[in-house]
Amino acid sequence: MGKLTIGCFSSLVGSLSLDFAVKLSEAAIKKGHKVDFWASGNATMLSKKGQRAFKDYSALEKKLQELFATGNFQATACEACAEARGYRKEDTMEGWQRHSMDWYLASSFSADRVLHIGGD
Amino acid sequence: MATKKLAFVVKTPPYKTEASRLALTHAIASQTVEIYLEDGDLVEPAVAFCGDGVLNCLKNQKAMSTYGITSIEQHLKNSLLLDLKVLVCKEDVERLGLSEDSLIMDAEDIGGETKAQIVSFSEIQKELESSDHLLFF
Repeated sequence: MGKLTIGCFSSLVGSLSLDFAVKLSEAAIKKGHKVDFWASGNATMLSKKGQRAFKDYSALEKKLQELFATGNFQATACEACAEARGYRKEDTMEGWQRHSMDWYLASSFSADRVLHIGGD
Repeated sequence: MATKKLAFVVKTPPYKTEASRLALTHAIASQTVEIYLEDGDLVEPAVAFCGDGVLNCLKNQKAMSTYGITSIEQHLKNSLLLDLKVLVCKEDVERLGLSEDSLIMDAEDIGGETKAQIVSFSEIQKELESSDHLLFF
């Protein structure tokens, strides 16, 4: 099976791009693929722990935890993008890594497909 | 040992969103990607400005004095300093009434030797076709 690298740049609230990307990750994993998920720019909001789930807003923490539990999903947030938004290491949701942008390029290097989902 | 080509296609104008800045910072990150790769493996980036994205290449940007942040111009010059391939779509330069004189074509002022190239979209298409992955910003 293959490896899919998904790069996301949209915010969690205000766009459904991250919802789509996480759903796509789930579908790929169900088919037996591995997924590397890169969150940069406003998408680093997805890595912030402690978000309250309101029905009016996207809330993906539970789904992400299910994906992490499969062992075939890894998610990394851009460290500089997160810090610039005030998301510190201790604010990061369990399961997430934080790295610089070269992580995304390295993941793309070994990916069978790269899906780059741009920002708003 | 392998080389993977990544094409960063910038089609959004500067400053309205973070997209073009992130395109350049991600492309520049190719300079340190080796720490994650096997010996001899390389990522080769190319940056292509198309559509309204060519506006990122305008000279004399005032982001620092206006917003207190680094300019796209500085990131673009850093890209040239690091010898990244930078292509600018000729048709879009003409469509927007720009000239080569108004665009950042080199980074000589900071010691760069590589120059940006204004090329037809068909040349950019060739670059995209020869790339392993396309990243649109």
